[in-house]
Amino acid sequence: MKIDSPAALAETAAALKAKPLPPVKLLVSMGTCGIAAGTAPVLKAVYQEISDRSLENAIEVSEVGCMGLCYAEPVLMLVDRATGRRLIYGDVTPQQVPAILAAGTDGIAPGTRTLERNWYYPEFETAAPGELQARIVLRNTGRLNPEKIEEYIANDGYAALAKVLTTMTSQQVIDLIVASGLRGRGGGGFPTGKKWQFAADQKSEEKFIICNADEGDPGAFMDRAVLEGDPHTVLEAMAIGGYAIGAHTGVIYIRAEYPLAVKRLEIAIGQARERGLLGRNIFGSGFDFDIQIKFGAGAFVCGEETALIHSIEGKRGEPTVKPPFPAVEGLWKKPSVVNNVETYACIGAIVRKGAEWFRSIGTAGSPGTKVFALAGKISKVGLAEVPMGTTLRTIVYEIGDGIKNGRKFKAVQTGGPSGGCITAANLDLPIDYEALKQIGSMMGSGGMIVMDEDDCMVNIAKFFLEFTLDESCGKCTPCRIGNRRMYEMLDDITSGRGTTETIDKLKMLSSTIKDTALCGLGQTAPNPVLSTLANFEDEYLAHVRESRCPAGVCAKLIHYEISDNCVGCGLCRSHCPVNCISGERRARHEIDQSKCIKCGVCFQTCKFHAVEKR
Amino acid sequence: MGCNCCGQTESAVRSPEDSAKFDELDRYIASLLEGQEPDRKRGCLIQILHRAQHLFGYLSEDVQKFVSARLQLPRSEIYGVISFYSYFTDQPVGRYKINVCTGTACFVKGAPKVLDEFKRRLNLTEGQSTPDGKFFLGALRCVGACSLAPVVMVNDKVYGNVTAEKVADILAECAD
Repeated sequence: MKIDSPAALAETAAALKAKPLPPVKLLVSMGTCGIAAGTAPVLKAVYQEISDRSLENAIEVSEVGCMGLCYAEPVLMLVDRATGRRLIYGDVTPQQVPAILAAGTDGIAPGTRTLERNWYYPEFETAAPGELQARIVLRNTGRLNPEKIEEYIANDGYAALAKVLTTMTSQQVIDLIVASGLRGRGGGGFPTGKKWQFAADQKSEEKFIICNADEGDPGAFMDRAVLEGDPHTVLEAMAIGGYAIGAHTGVIYIRAEYPLAVKRLEIAIGQARERGLLGRNIFGSGFDFDIQIKFGAGAFVCGEETALIHSIEGKRGEPTVKPPFPAVEGLWKKPSVVNNVETYACIGAIVRKGAEWFRSIGTAGSPGTKVFALAGKISKVGLAEVPMGTTLRTIVYEIGDGIKNGRKFKAVQTGGPSGGCITAANLDLPIDYEALKQIGSMMGSGGMIVMDEDDCMVNIAKFFLEFTLDESCGKCTPCRIGNRRMYEMLDDITSGRGTTETIDKLKMLSSTIKDTALCGLGQTAPNPVLSTLANFEDEYLAHVRESRCPAGVCAKLIHYEISDNCVGCGLCRSHCPVNCISGERRARHEIDQSKCIKCGVCFQTCKFHAVEKR
Repeated sequence: MGCNCCGQTESAVRSPEDSAKFDELDRYIASLLEGQEPDRKRGCLIQILHRAQHLFGYLSEDVQKFVSARLQLPRSEIYGVISFYSYFTDQPVGRYKINVCTGTACFVKGAPKVLDEFKRRLNLTEGQSTPDGKFFLGALRCVGACSLAPVVMVNDKVYGNVTAEKVADILAECAD
C-alpha cells in the first residue's frame, strides 16, 4: 500500500502500534558476526521450541542486526512489553533455548550467561545510572527487524523525511544540519551541512547524493552493523540529503565483502519503493528520489571520495587532485555529495529532535556521538556508541572491560592505516576530532584496536605499511615508491639489520611522503610510523641498538632456550616441526639454534615453563 | 547474441555449459543497460564483472572479450579494471577458496601464524591455487567479524578463533 502523505504515514504508524502483539519480544542477533558465531542453529531451536509448545501468541521473534555485544555472540534479548524488563543472554547454545523460553522474562534460565545493557536511547529515554553509551546512530540496530519496514515505520521511521518534504525548504534543511554541528563520521570530520551547502549552491539539472559504505579500515565494522541492522535509516537520510541539495538519485557504494548488508539494503529499497517512500512524488510533495546500489571490488583507496566516484563510473578507483571537489564536479561530472553511513544515520534524529538537542550531546566542537568498534586484545569486543568527549579509559576499561587475560595495556590504535596510537598517558583525554589530532592520531572511521604488552609497535607499524603498499593505487610516486622504501626500512629494523641512521631516514621520508602524496591514503600512510616513533622510540632503539625486540615478537631477534625447569617429558620435541630439539627422556632437552625456525611451538606446548623466550 | 567481435567461430567451440553461462551473462548485461544513457554504460562494468566471475569462477580472456564487445569498451580498459581490484581474477582458482583475514584485529591476534600454517600445509603462497584445482589460498582485509579474530573464510563459511592447530581440521572439512 502506498503512503502518499504525512497523514497517511502517521495513520500507518498508529495502526501498526495499535496492533495487538505478543507480551514478550525475543530479539535474535542475526548480524554477520552473530551468524558466524552460530546464531542460525539457535534461531532454529527457538522456532522449533515455539512451534512445539505453541508459543506463537506468547513470544514474538524478531531477527535483528548486531546489538554490539559481539564478544558474547550468539546473543538473545527478551523484552517484556508491559514492564519494559529486559533480559540479555550471551553465548547461547541451541540446547539452552528451551530453558530460556521457559524462564521467560520472570526469571533467569539456569546454566546460562546473562549480560548487562549499558546504553540508552537519547531520542526516547533519559540515561539511567551506569549507562555509558548513548545510541543515536545505532538507535534501531539490534532493536528492529531490518527486513520489516513496518517495524521501522512504527518507530518514527520516515517521519523525518515527511517533515522535511512537507514543512521545510531545502535551505532550512541545510541550515538545520549546519546548526547541529554534525561532522563527517568517515574520518575527516568535515562539517556535513557545509558540504551540502556547497552542492546546493551549484546550478545543475542533475546532482547526486552518494553513500560511502566502502568500510575499508580493518577493524572497523560499525557501518556494516548499521546497514545490516537498520538500512531504512540510511535510505531516509539520503532522501533528506537529496532534497536539501537538489538531487534525485542516490547511490550507495558498498564493499563486495558485505553480502548480508547488500541483501538487506536491496530488501529495504524494494519495500520503500513499494510504499512510495522512494520513487516519484514522495509524500505528495512533488519530490522524486530513488536509490541504486553499486559494488566495490576490494580496493581500500575507494574510500577516498574521488576514487569512489571513479569506481562507480566503472573505472579504476584512482583518486584525482581536489579541487574540483565532488560538490562541484563529482559523479558523471555533476555536483555530488559523498557522506559516510554513520553520518547519514544521525540525520533523521537531528530532523526529528532538532539541532539544539543534538548539540546537547557530545562536545562543543564535535557534537553528537561516535560509534567505536572495539577489537584486538580487549575483553569485550564489540560496538560502543558514546557521546563525543568520553575518555578512552571509559571505553577501554568500563565498556570494554579492560585487557584480555589480565595483560598490561600498551596502546590503542585508532584511525586504521591512516591513524596513530594512543598510549596510557592519554587514557583520560576526552575524545573528539581535535583532541585525537593533537596527540598525533585521528578519529578515522572509529576502529579501535587495543594492544597489550605482547605487541611489538615496530611490527605494528610495519603491518600498516604493508597494508598501504598493498592498497596503493600506484598513481603517484611518493606513495608507490616512498612507502615501499619505508616498508623496507621497517623490515630492516625488525630483522636486526637497522641502525639509528635507519630511524633518521624513516623520519625524513615520512615527512616527505606526507607533504607530497596525491590523496589521503598516501598522505596519511606514514602516520602509524610517526606515531609509534613518537610514543615508543625506546622500542625502535632496542631493535637497532641491542638487536632486541622488547615484546618478543620479531622472530629474527628472539631465540628460545630450555631452562633447568625441563623435566624431559619430550612434548616439545614431538611438536617441533623441524626436529631441532633433542634430549634423553627425563633429562634436560636442548634446542639446536642453527635449525630453529622460531615458530614458538615449544614455548606454547611446554607445561613446565621451561622454554624461555629471549 | 549481442556479441559482434568474437564472431561465430569462437562461440562454436564453447561447451554447451559455457554457452548457457554466456547467454545468462548476456541477459544480465541487457537488463542493466536498459534505459542507460550511452555514455554511462560503463558504470555497470564492475557489476557485470562481479556476475561474470560468479558464473565462470574467473574472468578468462573469452569473458573479457565478450564484456568488451557488449559495452563497446576497449579490452585494455576492461583488463585495467580487473587488475586494479583485488576481488577480480583472470586465473582459474581452486574450488575451496581459503581466505585468511589479515586485518588489524586478526593480525594482533595471530593471523600471520595461521596463514603460515596454511602455506606450509598446502605448499602455496598467497594468491595461488593447488595444481589439482582444489584449494585457493588468499589473504583478505577484514570481514568485519573482529570479535572472532583470527578469522578464516572458506568460500562463504566463516571460521572464528582459528589457531595454527585448527588448520588441519579446516582442510579436512573440505571434502569433495
